[in-house]
Amino acid sequence: MKARVTVTLKTGVLDPQGKAIEGALTSLGVEGVGSVRQGKVFDIELEAADRAQAESVLKAACEKLLANTVVENYRIEIV
Amino acid sequence: MKAAVVLFPGSNREGDAVRAIEAATGHKPPIVWHADTELPAGTDLVVLPGGFSYGDYLRCGAIAGRAAIMDAVRAHAARGGLVLGICNGFQILCEGGLLPGVLMRNKDLRFICKMQHLRVERADTAFTRAYRQGQVIKVAIAHGEGNYEADDETIARLEGEGRVAFRYCDEQGVVGGLANPNGSTHDIAGIYSEKRNVLGMMPHPENLIDPLVGGVDGAGLFKSLVAA
Repeated sequence: MKARVTVTLKTGVLDPQGKAIEGALTSLGVEGVGSVRQGKVFDIELEAADRAQAESVLKAACEKLLANTVVENYRIEIV
Repeated sequence: MKAAVVLFPGSNREGDAVRAIEAATGHKPPIVWHADTELPAGTDLVVLPGGFSYGDYLRCGAIAGRAAIMDAVRAHAARGGLVLGICNGFQILCEGGLLPGVLMRNKDLRFICKMQHLRVERADTAFTRAYRQGQVIKVAIAHGEGNYEADDETIARLEGEGRVAFRYCDEQGVVGGLANPNGSTHDIAGIYSEKRNVLGMMPHPENLIDPLVGGVDGAGLFKSLVAA
C-alpha cells in the first residue's frame, strides 16, 4: 500500500521560505501569484493489511515525527 | 557538579561544551552517545551541545529529539536534574518535548554568525546566579533557525511564570528593533522549563569563556552551574 503525507505550516505561522519563493517568482516574471507557502511531501510504502491499519500507522508517524504539531498540519492520503 | 555532554551524529560544539565545563569544574565531563539508554550514574547536569544533528534533516533537532538517550534525559529532567541545551541543543529540547515552542527559520532567511548582546532576565536560577538581574552580556550566536515561536497562550505563560532566561538586546540592554537578530517572539533568546531546571538557549556561552577569543561573558553560566 502506498501513501502520501503532506505537511504544511499552520495558518498564521510566518513562512519566510514561502515569502522568498513568492518574491523570486515575481522577479522571474511569473504573474498572478498571490502567495506561496512551502511544505513537505512524504511518499511512504506500507505493509499494512487494510486501510484502517494504514491510517493508524500514518497518524502515529505524523504525530511522533513527521509533523511538529505546534506549527504544522498534516494530511494523509492513501493512494 | 557532575556533568555529561550528549553527542548526536552531526553535533559539532561538544568540544566547546566540554572545555567550558572543564574550565569551570576542573573535571572533563564524559561524552554520552545518543544511542545509549542511560546517563552516567550521578549525573547532575546534561548538556545538549550545538551543531547540526542529523544534518538538520526533517526539522532542526527533530530526529535527535527522539533519540534513545532522550528518554533518559527526560527522566533526569522530571527528577529535577539540570539540562542545558545550546543552539541545536535548544532545538532538540523543543522537539523532544522538554520545552514548549519551536525554533523557526530566521526571519531574513540568513544564517547569522556574529557577536550578540543578551539581557539576563533573572539571576536566581541554577544557570544564572553568577550574573546580576538585568546584566547585559556579550556572547556569540551562530544559527539559521533561531526564531522562537509559540502560540499566544504559551508565550503568555512563559512571560507570566518568568520563564524567559535571556532576551536579545543592544549593548545598553534595550530590546527590540535591530537588536533582535532573527525575529524571535518577545526577543526571546532562551527559556526555562516550569521548574527552571531545564534551560534552552540559542546563543553560545561556551564560546565566551576565554579572553583570547573575545570575552568571558559566557563563563558566568558555567560558574553558576558549579555552585548549583
